[in-house]
Amino acid sequence: MNQDLYQFALRLADTSLTMGQRLAEWCGHGPYLEEDVALTNVSLDLIGHAQMFYQLACDNSETSTSPDDLAFLRDVPEYRNPLITELPRGDFAYTTLKQYFIDVYHLHLYQQLSVSSDEQLAALAQKALMEVKYHLSRSEAWCQRLSLSTEEAHEKMQKALDDLWFYTPELFETDESMQRLMTASVIPDMGAIQTVWQQQTEQLLEDCQLAKPENGWMATGGLVGEHTEHLGYMLADMQFLQRAYPGCEW
Amino acid sequence: MSGLTARQVLAWLQAVKDPEIPVISIQDLGVLQAVEITNEQIVVKIIPTYSGCPAMYVIQDEIRQTLAEHGQHEVDIQLLNTPAWNTDMITARGRAAMKLYGIAPPISASDQVIQCPQCGSEKTTCISQFGSTACKALYRCESCLEPFDYFKCHA
Repeated sequence: MNQDLYQFALRLADTSLTMGQRLAEWCGHGPYLEEDVALTNVSLDLIGHAQMFYQLACDNSETSTSPDDLAFLRDVPEYRNPLITELPRGDFAYTTLKQYFIDVYHLHLYQQLSVSSDEQLAALAQKALMEVKYHLSRSEAWCQRLSLSTEEAHEKMQKALDDLWFYTPELFETDESMQRLMTASVIPDMGAIQTVWQQQTEQLLEDCQLAKPENGWMATGGLVGEHTEHLGYMLADMQFLQRAYPGCEW
Repeated sequence: MSGLTARQVLAWLQAVKDPEIPVISIQDLGVLQAVEITNEQIVVKIIPTYSGCPAMYVIQDEIRQTLAEHGQHEVDIQLLNTPAWNTDMITARGRAAMKLYGIAPPISASDQVIQCPQCGSEKTTCISQFGSTACKALYRCESCLEPFDYFKCHA
């Protein structure tokens, strides 16, 4: 069970860390000052969640490790995030829609995890949930504002949806390790999470007058460490300091 | 730690303020959860406000520094994940200090009118959901036209 929980904690932490890192890239590039601040504040929350879940992974690890080691010293094949969170940040519409998809995913996942049979995981999920609710109210409002405003903004949102939609089913993938955790009521049934996620997001897409793309290619690979080329570049940037100056603190 | 009481330590720690809002103590903010005195050391239990709040590092340094000024060097600071911090943990004294400082204190979600901390007007508009820090939102008063920070309700 410890090994399974270790792997699942990495899945949660890697997802939040890669989301947070991409949002942090907006620092100084936001569409206007207040939004610049908002993007980086959400980033900070997500990196905080990553740190909590890396600590959970460390507590369930068979070897001695630290949250910093897990974030800065693992290479691409050891990362467990779904591909959607490592994609380049794109334009503001793309960032906004991706944030909305992940916020809805986190909302339902953390709601269920907050009643996990693992007390530590439940406590962390409760803490993260409070912040995710606020992120969602922001990303949802932005989706509506952009989609229902000018033709150009609507077009950009539709383009973002066409690009992102096929990355979303991977969020709900499971492997044998996660299935054991599901059986033990440590984590919820991911299929049920997918159902509520779909209902909620499809309603918003309809409200935003965005057309859901036809079924096509579906992204997969994060759970087994098979990533896009983008993660390598992200890690090179993010991990540079620890790789160049091992053990460096500031 | 003979003779030293948790009450005394709590009184000393009133001097430790939130680095972002230097008028409210970590005790009134709800960050400081407990002080325990063992045979060997002072145990200080704190919780983070927001998960990624960078002020937590500064707060830990300041707790150590404050206790050192009172000759206490054996200090164990524990950063807890539970209970999850929420704005109901902010004391009445903390809210009053915040308002005097020009920040609208948090109100419960059911009561949505946010008063201007400068003139008391209830005609206020949200400019941005995130203000100068993660815990605040940016508002503007439509009566006196002053912008102000609102300490968000977090529960």
